[in-house]
Amino acid sequence: MRKLIFGLFIAVLPALGLAAGAGVPLDHIETDHTDKQSLQSGASLFTNYCMGCHSMEYARYKRVADDLEVPVALYEENLIFTGAKIGELMKNSMSKDMAAGWFGAPPPDLTLESRLRGEAWVYSYLRGFYKDETRPLGVNNVVFANVGMPHVMVDLQGLCAVPPSIGVGASVEPLSGNVKNGDACPEYAIEGSMTAAEFDKAMYDLTNFLSYMADPVKVERERLGIFVLIFVAIFFVFAYLLNREYWKDVH
Amino acid sequence: MQKLIQWVDDRLPIVEAWNKHLAKYYAPKNFNVWYFFGSLAMLVLVNQLVTGIWLTMSYNPSAEGAFASVEYIMRDVEWGWLLRYLHSTGASAFFIVVYLHMFRGLMYGSYQKPRELIWIFGMLIYLVLMAEAFMGYLLPWGQMSYWGAQVIVNLFGAIPVIGEDLSLWIRGDYLISGITLNRFFALHVVALPIVLLGLVVLHILALHEVGSNNPDGIDIKKNKDENGIPKDGIPFHPYYTVHDLLGVGVFFFIFFIVVFFFPEMGGLFLEKPNFEPANALKTPAHIAPVWYFTPFYAMLRAVTVDFIGLPAKFWGVVVMGGAIAILFVLPWLDRSPVRSIRYKGWLSKIALAVFAVSFVILGYLGLVPATEGRTTVAQILTVVYFLYFILMPFYTRMEKTKPVPERVTG
Repeated sequence: MRKLIFGLFIAVLPALGLAAGAGVPLDHIETDHTDKQSLQSGASLFTNYCMGCHSMEYARYKRVADDLEVPVALYEENLIFTGAKIGELMKNSMSKDMAAGWFGAPPPDLTLESRLRGEAWVYSYLRGFYKDETRPLGVNNVVFANVGMPHVMVDLQGLCAVPPSIGVGASVEPLSGNVKNGDACPEYAIEGSMTAAEFDKAMYDLTNFLSYMADPVKVERERLGIFVLIFVAIFFVFAYLLNREYWKDVH
Repeated sequence: MQKLIQWVDDRLPIVEAWNKHLAKYYAPKNFNVWYFFGSLAMLVLVNQLVTGIWLTMSYNPSAEGAFASVEYIMRDVEWGWLLRYLHSTGASAFFIVVYLHMFRGLMYGSYQKPRELIWIFGMLIYLVLMAEAFMGYLLPWGQMSYWGAQVIVNLFGAIPVIGEDLSLWIRGDYLISGITLNRFFALHVVALPIVLLGLVVLHILALHEVGSNNPDGIDIKKNKDENGIPKDGIPFHPYYTVHDLLGVGVFFFIFFIVVFFFPEMGGLFLEKPNFEPANALKTPAHIAPVWYFTPFYAMLRAVTVDFIGLPAKFWGVVVMGGAIAILFVLPWLDRSPVRSIRYKGWLSKIALAVFAVSFVILGYLGLVPATEGRTTVAQILTVVYFLYFILMPFYTRMEKTKPVPERVTG
């Protein structure tokens, strides 16, 4: 009997895990890898605020510079802090062992983060920090409870005094850049340099950049895909006519 | 040219082979849409072999380098992303066409005498294909690769007495490690493809010996003209070679929509946790096999009670193995005097429909986390799955069949 109960417990365990993972409401986001301005802004934010801790170790600077239409010299001067060459992988200088000591776990590589957790998760997470004195770093996150990461963009966003409302309709209009229902946070403990709308747009750009990094070939792939499908459709027409010609004499 | 062919033919019977298998292989003229999937399976096999060879050129089969080398293929190798998506989408496409091909066999009784061996070779192909897919799935060395392999290899541990040693022997280590990755790589790119190709040759040779079945399930060789050619037969080439091109066109259109626009297929073809490198210390919240294994995974999980001193897990493995094993004896379970579902009675029709629906629902249940209600449904459907086969000798014999026409219909 005890074995049976244990067995059932094991059987429902994954369900509990999923409930914890998928239960958090998220803000929807429509990314756009053709919006170079947004991607450039995201790249700049990423390099300045994230890359001290998070690497992008599967991607190369050169590819980003080329895809985002940033001149190599400009990129090297402003967006490479480690002295790496433009053709190198986007690693950083933080040691994983030391980072594990500081934050409890080493900051993960973010090359594929948006494909791992989803764009909506990234976008919501970045806007989900709030003040929580019970946590070692004084902040918590509504999307990732008890996260070990500090709120690095506190000088931009400020610090929300209460858990912000994520997943209740705040979203960015992808074409105009306007934010609908922007004020996820009603009250700030620390004021930031950006308005809520500006910060949401900045996080849209950062998420867009992370989404691009996870799947850099997406625009090219979908462009080619159209031609491939047109080719197959034309092929089908000829195959159909050929088949009809041959099968004329089968009764 | 003619001279060259003559020169070779004097030394190797190429003309004879061409005639036997293509130009003078007479196939029934009434093939319908279900008969595309055999040639499509061949097409996907070629796709897997070609893209696989090129992927191997840039892939690094080591625990330290595998994940990064896949991203290297995706980002730095010329057209690497296309090769990889063709291969990963091809894996799922392979199972889609093979499942439809097998369902065709069930519908039209293509396994019945004298085609038992064709069916058995086909089942062996299916078995090797599952092994091939399972081992290939470890190679990207993502979280789901790792934990999926861990779960499946641990299943062998449920076998009494030898189980633990057996899973240790398969892994070559106490847990899935770089050693396992290396041997799975060797099996995936060398050993299993050779076996697979050999079985495909046997499958086709056996088919061409007895001739193709058809949607009416009648023997076209019974009605021959004065030249000994079946009246309802047409040469495979050119009639079915051009006909299959239509299938290729439609298949490629759908296939390339996935490859170019939805390569992850919403997490079904490429599971999200696989975008994180394998981590032996971090178990994912929900481990699900890729969709083509989920019907059997659902059956495995459906067994929840210990029996005669052996744990439920062992019986789960037995049920899962039995679900595949029972397919092998199918030719001897069907006692119907007719082949095709068109002329079988309503019992057979209902049985096949219920079976197909059960299999699909089991596939869904294997994909989602188990709950008490879902487990109950999976248990019922597992019983339904087995009853389809176990009761087949009875319902196929007792039902009233329709008269089979002399010649093929439309």
